[in-house]
Amino acid sequence: MAAVATCGTGAGSTGSIAAAASKNNVTSFQRKGPRASGTDSGCSRLVSIAGTRPSVRNGQLLVSTGLPALDQLLGGGLAVGTVLLIEEDKYNIYSSLVFKYFLAEGIINGHTLLVASAKEDPADILQELPAPLLDDNCKKDFDEDVCNDKTPDSNIKMKIAWRYQLLPKMESGPVSSSRFGHYYDASKRMPQELIEASKWHGFFFPEKLSSTLNIESCSLTHGYRKLLQFIQNVIYEEGFDGSSPQKKQKNILRIGIQSLGSPLWGDDICCTENCDNSHSLTKFLYVLRGLLRTSLSACIITMPTHLIQNKAVIARVTNLSDTVVGLESFIGSERETNPLYKDYHGLIHIRQIPRLNNLIYDVSDVKDLAFKLKRKLFTIERLHLPPDLSDTVSRSSKQDLAESSKLLGPGCGMMAGGKKHLDF
Amino acid sequence: MFPELNNLLNTTPDRAEQGKLTLLCDAKTDGSFLVHHFLSFYLKANCKVCFVALIQSFSHYNIVGQKLVNIVELRGAVPSTWVTQGVSLTAARECGQLVFLEGLKSSVDVFFRAQAAPHPLQFLREADAGNLQPLYEFVREALKPVGDGQAAWRCPVLLVDDLSVLLSLGLGAVAVLDFVHYCRVAVCWERKGNIVALVHDSGDAEDEENDILLNGLSHQSHLILRAEGLATGFCRDVHGQLRVLWRTPSQPAAQRDRSLTYQYKIQDKSVSFFAKGMSPAVL
Repeated sequence: MAAVATCGTGAGSTGSIAAAASKNNVTSFQRKGPRASGTDSGCSRLVSIAGTRPSVRNGQLLVSTGLPALDQLLGGGLAVGTVLLIEEDKYNIYSSLVFKYFLAEGIINGHTLLVASAKEDPADILQELPAPLLDDNCKKDFDEDVCNDKTPDSNIKMKIAWRYQLLPKMESGPVSSSRFGHYYDASKRMPQELIEASKWHGFFFPEKLSSTLNIESCSLTHGYRKLLQFIQNVIYEEGFDGSSPQKKQKNILRIGIQSLGSPLWGDDICCTENCDNSHSLTKFLYVLRGLLRTSLSACIITMPTHLIQNKAVIARVTNLSDTVVGLESFIGSERETNPLYKDYHGLIHIRQIPRLNNLIYDVSDVKDLAFKLKRKLFTIERLHLPPDLSDTVSRSSKQDLAESSKLLGPGCGMMAGGKKHLDF
Repeated sequence: MFPELNNLLNTTPDRAEQGKLTLLCDAKTDGSFLVHHFLSFYLKANCKVCFVALIQSFSHYNIVGQKLVNIVELRGAVPSTWVTQGVSLTAARECGQLVFLEGLKSSVDVFFRAQAAPHPLQFLREADAGNLQPLYEFVREALKPVGDGQAAWRCPVLLVDDLSVLLSLGLGAVAVLDFVHYCRVAVCWERKGNIVALVHDSGDAEDEENDILLNGLSHQSHLILRAEGLATGFCRDVHGQLRVLWRTPSQPAAQRDRSLTYQYKIQDKSVSFFAKGMSPAVL
């Protein structure tokens, strides 16, 4: 609610410019905390919350997504107060993994978690979190992991394609002793004592079906109303919005919502094209973003957008979220056996990055990114087309390669898309 | 405000036109830099601004507004000095020049607590498609002339960022068009003020309601600024293309509308505009 402050004097033009010039000697460098409204004091203290760091661009407070490779693509991390929307891949394999990395990062950093799901009990989700690779014993394992993949002469300087040596390398190894992003071992489970030491709230929708509400009916579906009420209760009671006195150390609330929009939440947006309450999901996202902007929290939402049949809804959902990342896995598609993609497990599309407190944002130059899940590492790399070296490659497979390369994103200038393979 | 955009539009804060509806439109790109431009433009022009900000928080606009570099001459100083300054929204709000409705923060209040008085965002609590009458009352109340004769704001300006999100919140395109119509009568015609609104163009996403809204507003507006992504894809040095279209809605279409196209690159503190193909990166 905007209060109109009645100020009696409307200053004349020249006077106000002089006054404003003397008041406004604020430089553009500001060490800024998160955009929580009530926390003006103690700005320097906010920067020292565990697991956060200020952005180098505008001092925005960032948290890690759990994947250092993804952090790098998002400009350092996920800003506190924003929503990260993951468009699920077709069988929800890698998106649930990214979801778990986010929650595991929260446990390692000591953040409070709020896990909401309509499919699995949050307690079960927390049992399946990957184990962290802590610095001392991980470097040894990691080095041998990497050595198995790299060819022995990879650190020799390139002789022919020497210009490619100058290209920036994507971050592919653990940064030594950084406390910001951690690496996880997807084959091991997080130790039980770490889970029990952490503070988490779970929202399992089938359990909450029968309890009563105190919001009068609006056009949100029942599940979304309950979830919003639950999130708001947690934020308010634990003081993430600055409402309770600041005697204890400030902390971040990490919210994870799994498969939002799926029919299990009671929403029919994935079932039909013209659904009755098509505004339910978008209204939910709007109010959720309002809650996040006024509290010290960050949210990850996975959404099965490949099931949503109304493209307009996807566009609206994208506009209502801050950061949108799409995952496309090769499992089950014809690309799984395509030699072009044999090194990778899927493509990752950064669809939207927010401009927060700034006119510009960190956008990476590389638009074709692919991810690969190894046991201890989830890497995101520029999609490389392998060189066509063999002499005995038949004409038909060359045709397939040319066809597949046409499907790459518009930013890729490496191979000309064309139907015929030009044989010189 | 961006001085280069002022030159393109042939306006300065001193000579701002009145009674105009400006439509900002973006297609496949982010046109919010235009909102920052017009916000600081009208604040510099000493107009009373009512800003309905539904997408971002107050501090976002404040921080960007302070970054926008404007070189102004400090009058009355001998020798004349030039200072660079942005516009401070906090100062403007405190002295009554800016009325700011922060949509995200107020939506939380409206949604979780029943309000005694009708709130501008009352439609969030309603089950079926509501109307924007409370919001219109809020705007009219905010921009009504202060009767004590002292305030000398030039003309009222309504700035909305953005209208497409109202469609996502359960309102129909007709309700939003009605709201704009009522505001035009109250602001542009009665009080000779201006309205600036941002609408997203969904392009090939087949959003019919959005298309109705966009077409309806395009026919009513005097100036359309359309920010588009480049047709050839992503480019690091040219972020997009801006099409400027001057229209005269009331006159029949015998008079040809004037249109210009420029390309732009967004930098940290300003936006630079250049003719198509004349980006400094390629020259």
